[in-house]
Amino acid sequence: MNTPAVPASVSRGSLIEARDVVKNFGQTPALRGANVTVPQGEIFAIMGPSGSGKSTLLHCLAGIFTPDLGDVLFDGQVVNAMSEADRTRLRRTAFGFVFQFGQLVPELTAADNVALPLLLNRTRRKVAYKTADTWLDKLGVGDKGGNRTGELSGGEAQRVAVARALALAPKVIFADEPTGSLDSLTGEKVMDLLTDLARQQGATVVLVTHDARVAAYADRVATVRDGIVSSVDLPPTAASPVTVAKGVN
Amino acid sequence: MLDVYTQYRVPFVSVPLTLLGLLEREPSHGYDLKRDYDAFFGRGKQLPFGQVYATLGRLARDGKVIAGDAEPGDGPDRKRYAITDAGRGEVDAWLTEPVEPEPHLQTVLFAKVTLALMLGKPASAYLDTQRAAHIRRMQHLTELKRTGPLVDVLLADHALFHLEADLHWIDLTSARLAELAEAVKNQ
Repeated sequence: MNTPAVPASVSRGSLIEARDVVKNFGQTPALRGANVTVPQGEIFAIMGPSGSGKSTLLHCLAGIFTPDLGDVLFDGQVVNAMSEADRTRLRRTAFGFVFQFGQLVPELTAADNVALPLLLNRTRRKVAYKTADTWLDKLGVGDKGGNRTGELSGGEAQRVAVARALALAPKVIFADEPTGSLDSLTGEKVMDLLTDLARQQGATVVLVTHDARVAAYADRVATVRDGIVSSVDLPPTAASPVTVAKGVN
Repeated sequence: MLDVYTQYRVPFVSVPLTLLGLLEREPSHGYDLKRDYDAFFGRGKQLPFGQVYATLGRLARDGKVIAGDAEPGDGPDRKRYAITDAGRGEVDAWLTEPVEPEPHLQTVLFAKVTLALMLGKPASAYLDTQRAAHIRRMQHLTELKRTGPLVDVLLADHALFHLEADLHWIDLTSARLAELAEAVKNQ
């Protein structure tokens, strides 16, 4: 992999960073100078109204979209300066993905789906399937390994998608509306598993959601409006409780 | 500090702070303040004259407003009241600080947003601050759910769903600010 030049200043503690990222789709601006910094190990949520640019920001951070202007940095490397082949390799080795509808391969079994990215990374078949079984067990769907994904419920399919994302031991998991197709209770269980297991692995999670209850799992929550990150909330800590005024009298 | 004014209260909306906010636009008589309060914040429940003058009296005593000399005319009080720097500071502090993120606080936020728009202050920033406070409370509750017994989970769920409803209101209001500013200006 050709290593793109490291920019003069990398934000301290940052694993992923967007700097003044602009992205247009034809004449339509999706991002108009977005900035975010996500440190290693953080669960970071991106919220915003429909069409605000939150999913575009996630896709830029994940190297799926290339910004028209600005830079995306991962571990100090400028992702948008990489060749397409290197970006693909980065996504395959360092990133895991969970999308709203799982995006599992319907012709394959649950175990096949989890093993697939490992096989693409040249993991030996036996090891890949053993790893897949381990992760399906952790996600509570160990008995579904032989089922085709069309035979799974929405919650089960999403657990398989989380297993697939985590099985690679990625540095970052990108999740776009991971509970969007699930009922509240199932969504909560998926979020519990995703965040617990990501923390155990030390993985960073970048999460796009319109659901504040899902965002509340995050350490920090950014709000995107009109293609700009309009606010990033500070993490809650016991030492710095919410300062409030008694405005009700 | 805001607890000073608790004797005369209309549920959810701070009468003293709202009157101070109205005075920040321009010096006014008690009658005009009552009329504007009823129009913007009364929501069908008029503010009694007695409460207006009692509140203005206490605000004057505390240095938040200055009462001019009595003017000739009918009625119990023909003084014109003007806000002081201390009063302006109190309004700013109230608008800037988020309200405690309890459910059903729309009325307070409504008053804040309306006053901010009247005064040309950054209503959007106040809503963002409130939004952040809500999210932080939801993060705390989510953590409680993850570590607490099922009864706590149920209680936290109840609070989370109500806070989420507040957040929807905050988001929708943010999206309507330009329209609301026009409505407040033209009323």
